[in-house]
Amino acid sequence: MKEFELRSGRLIDPRVSIIYTLIFSIIIALSSNMLVAVVGLISSIILTILIAINIAMILRRLLIVNIFILILWLILPFSTPGPIIFSIGGLKASMSGVSYALLISLKSNAIVITAISLLSSGGIFNLVRALSDLRIPDKLIYIFFLFYRYTYVLFSEYETIKQGLKIRGFEPKTSFHTYRTYGYVLGALLLKGYERSEKIHRAMLCRGFEGKYRLLDHFRIGPNDLIAIFMMALNIIILLLLQWNRLI
Amino acid sequence: MEQINLINLKGVCFGYPQRPDLLSDLDFTLNFQERVGIIGPNGCGKTTLLYIIMGLIKPRRGEVEIFGKTRREEGDFKEVRKKIGFLFQNSDDQLFCPSVKEEVAFGPLNFGVNKEMVQKIVADTLARVGLSGFEPRTPYSLSGGEKRRLALATIFAMNPEVLLLDEPTIGLDEETVIRIKEILKSPGLSYIIVSQNRLFLKELTDIQYTINNGKIKRIE
Ligand SMILES: Nc1ncnc2c1ncn2[C@@H]1O[C@H](COP(=O)(O)OP(=O)(O)OP(=O)(O)O)[C@@H](O)[C@H]1O
Ligand SMILES: [Mg+2]
Repeated sequence: MKEFELRSGRLIDPRVSIIYTLIFSIIIALSSNMLVAVVGLISSIILTILIAINIAMILRRLLIVNIFILILWLILPFSTPGPIIFSIGGLKASMSGVSYALLISLKSNAIVITAISLLSSGGIFNLVRALSDLRIPDKLIYIFFLFYRYTYVLFSEYETIKQGLKIRGFEPKTSFHTYRTYGYVLGALLLKGYERSEKIHRAMLCRGFEGKYRLLDHFRIGPNDLIAIFMMALNIIILLLLQWNRLI
Repeated sequence: MEQINLINLKGVCFGYPQRPDLLSDLDFTLNFQERVGIIGPNGCGKTTLLYIIMGLIKPRRGEVEIFGKTRREEGDFKEVRKKIGFLFQNSDDQLFCPSVKEEVAFGPLNFGVNKEMVQKIVADTLARVGLSGFEPRTPYSLSGGEKRRLALATIFAMNPEVLLLDEPTIGLDEETVIRIKEILKSPGLSYIIVSQNRLFLKELTDIQYTINNGKIKRIE
């Protein structure tokens, strides 16, 4: 337990994290209430600050998410019908389009921030352990684990291939040679990733893996967790109340 | 545990899909407390042979008998994998856990060893390969030789009855090679070592084989 705290730099039981992330995400994703989205985003930021994990890492991942959201901002305001608030060139932006894009931005950021800060720092085995403690079927956990490994493997293979290209003097240009090389790299990447994950599966078999994950360190609900559970529950109640107020 | 034949392959044929037979009608035996070396050119099928013993690939024809029982189905190999420790030629293929400690603990935990015992096994085995203090490190971030040592530790931690080591000393420094040699020289072990280092094999094994045209041949 002590080691887990050291390595992950946070104190919340992963089972609590998973359940909270799940409930929070469902509420935020289903709500179309602007106030719920705003409060959700604020609570996710507070959460991150309290947990104080690697803020730079979170910002980097948020950047990627928000690049996609930026694309929404370029499309949604101009394609949603409604009263017009401004126009650029011949394009007319509608009020409802803008508020729709805003809602999506708030909601996705709230969910992503919560998920990253609660789930990404404890290490894959802690997550796997927590999932299995929550009685998730082993097959599903297995798929999840392999998916994680596969992504990691693909990424590290990509790094290796890139270095291989560099030392052989490859410089990207707008030429047929460059595009063909990119094609080869992509192909090699998929094949290598597939092969490597198969080999890892073999390695797991060789060490007695039979579809069950056993972990060295057990989770115990401690005082920190009780505080966390209390605050999380409170936040969820607030969000639900906001949501229902609107409905009534 | 006085079995004479630990591993017994009879008339094993194997070829990868869309390729000619790599191993044809191969017979091979590993006796109790026998120490066997395999040497041979790249691509002659050494690694493939070890995969067949571990049940990771299945032969086209022939019989794989291990610990006195014929092994055919996936289920037959559970006992085999528990009792035979296999060191992959490439350590990157072997390591998959997020920390060195979990990596070593993975095998023993799968075999139902209790937690306190596992903690002790982890500490002991890491000390044995000279990786004490590496527990929280990520295996992917280790150097090539350190990965090799960790891979060896994961196998020693399972306390296997037989060792299959595919190029165990590749990339290891002199001191570590000496340490590994000492471990391998302890009496009573049964193992197969694949290596390109003739002297290393001479020193550590009683019999040396090579694979030629799909058959295994003893080197005199
Ligand atoms: N997955 C595969 N699919 C197709 N061919 C393969 C596959 N794995 C290996 N081979 C081929 O089978 C042959 C034997 O491979 P193997 O890995 O057993 O050789 P090896 O004796 O261990 O060689 P080395 O000394 O290089 O490790 C090689 O020619 C190789 O190209
Ligand atoms: Mg080989």
